[in-house]
Amino acid sequence: METFFNQLLEFFFVLIGLQLMYTAFKTFKDSNNSKRIGSALFWLDLGLLFMFGKILPSLVSGILVALLGVITLFKQFEVGKFTPVKQEKLEARAKKFGNWIFVPVLSLAVVSVALAMKIPESSKSAIGVAAICGIILAMLIFKSSPKEMVQESDRMVQAMGTSGVLPQLLAALGAIFAAAGVGEVISKMIGGFVPEGNRLIGVIAYVLGMVIFTAIMGNGFAAFTVITAGIGIPFVIMQGADPAIAGALALTAGYCGTLLTPMAANFNILPASLLEMKNTYGVIKEQVPITIIMIIAHIALMYFWAF
Amino acid sequence: MEWIKLIGIVIIVLGFIFKFDTIAVVVIAGLATALVSGMTPVAFLEGLGQAFVDQRIVTIFFLTLPLIGLAEKKGLKEQAVNLIKKVKGMTSGTFLSIYLVIRELAGLFSIRLGGHPQFVRPLVQPMAEAAAEAKYGKLDEKDKETVKAKSAAMENYGNFFGQNTFLGAAGVLLIVGTLDSLGYKVSGMDVAKASMPIAFIMIVIGVLSNVLFDRKLARKYKNKGEKK
Repeated sequence: METFFNQLLEFFFVLIGLQLMYTAFKTFKDSNNSKRIGSALFWLDLGLLFMFGKILPSLVSGILVALLGVITLFKQFEVGKFTPVKQEKLEARAKKFGNWIFVPVLSLAVVSVALAMKIPESSKSAIGVAAICGIILAMLIFKSSPKEMVQESDRMVQAMGTSGVLPQLLAALGAIFAAAGVGEVISKMIGGFVPEGNRLIGVIAYVLGMVIFTAIMGNGFAAFTVITAGIGIPFVIMQGADPAIAGALALTAGYCGTLLTPMAANFNILPASLLEMKNTYGVIKEQVPITIIMIIAHIALMYFWAF
Repeated sequence: MEWIKLIGIVIIVLGFIFKFDTIAVVVIAGLATALVSGMTPVAFLEGLGQAFVDQRIVTIFFLTLPLIGLAEKKGLKEQAVNLIKKVKGMTSGTFLSIYLVIRELAGLFSIRLGGHPQFVRPLVQPMAEAAAEAKYGKLDEKDKETVKAKSAAMENYGNFFGQNTFLGAAGVLLIVGTLDSLGYKVSGMDVAKASMPIAFIMIVIGVLSNVLFDRKLARKYKNKGEKK
């Protein structure tokens, strides 16, 4: 079962590769795009990484990833423009399809949740299966042609632009940071500020350590191991705090850091581009005041409840 | 001189502040960190390529893009608006609060519900916007932007603070495993229970902020004529 779903996942990556290559082809033919060569090369490069990632030698993949950076660094990337559908047309179509229009979209949620719950091994590829089901349903209900489907794929891929792959790239950067030992350095730096024996300062250091380190790494899990060993145990738990309570609060404190950082791109930057927001950091900006209140709540709760 | 390893972080932060091209900034930050830590450029490229390919799963939502594109072109948002308009008295803030609560309850029952591509873009944001427009007519750009930001934020709040209330959640297992390796025995149930107060506090604060948002909209648009 496990191998089947792993192969399925690889198949989905090939499909994404094809999506990207179609966008590369359309971009190359788009005479309105002033940087069509560079942009087409960008999508082709990314498409190759998705399709052949598994069989390419790491060095070749690395060069392809670096090339993405080179293309954008020299400003050779531009997304295509699409004429929006007229509002009256959209409203007429909405009337025509009624609530049927929700069926494919809801199937995305229902199929992925049901599959992941029934077959835990499928959890990674469940969204892919759901997407295929949803696309088929959408094509049936809307009587769309395959041509229309790939056109929409191209439009949406271009709407995502470069920020669509940013979460993946940042995840890769996290791996480089971990290999270079960035975590240990930060843990040592924060630990150096904390005087022993003061519970409140210990709690503040643990909570803020989780917030800051998670914000930098964009990942609460990576932070938890490092900061708990470096700060949580000596300055909070060894002072008498309940480990389950302190640990539980430390991880959610880390999530406060996730809410504040562009490094957590798939939670903060990606939705901004998915929702076509004007400000890339609009979601983070919205989250800042709430997060500050939550950080204070974490400190108070850990100080009064864990001891 | 160990702190020199943090150069990558400095590059990232500066890059984001000065709005340099993000893809290039990330690659350069990785290269700088690798070089000062004694990795060769070839080892860096190998590591980068391997990690990028290993993380392809992060981008799997690309498969959902054709579906969302098709549905939008057929009037998905417009129909969401029609639907919300039929519910009397539903405000933008109430709708967002309901989503926050549902999202946290899903976490408690370990149901993998939610996600920005699956729920927020196709459903939550259009419905939250529709609820406001049903009441006040067209919103201006600034408020539309806030509705978008709030829709995305509710998803994050509910997801982050709800998930650890389930004793089999990945985060709970991580806490149990880490503490165990450091010599402290705790159970998943203890950790899940300890995660509940903060999940509740999140709901209270989230709902409060939505109520304030509703009031702000009501104040701003009340003179521009009610449209039912």
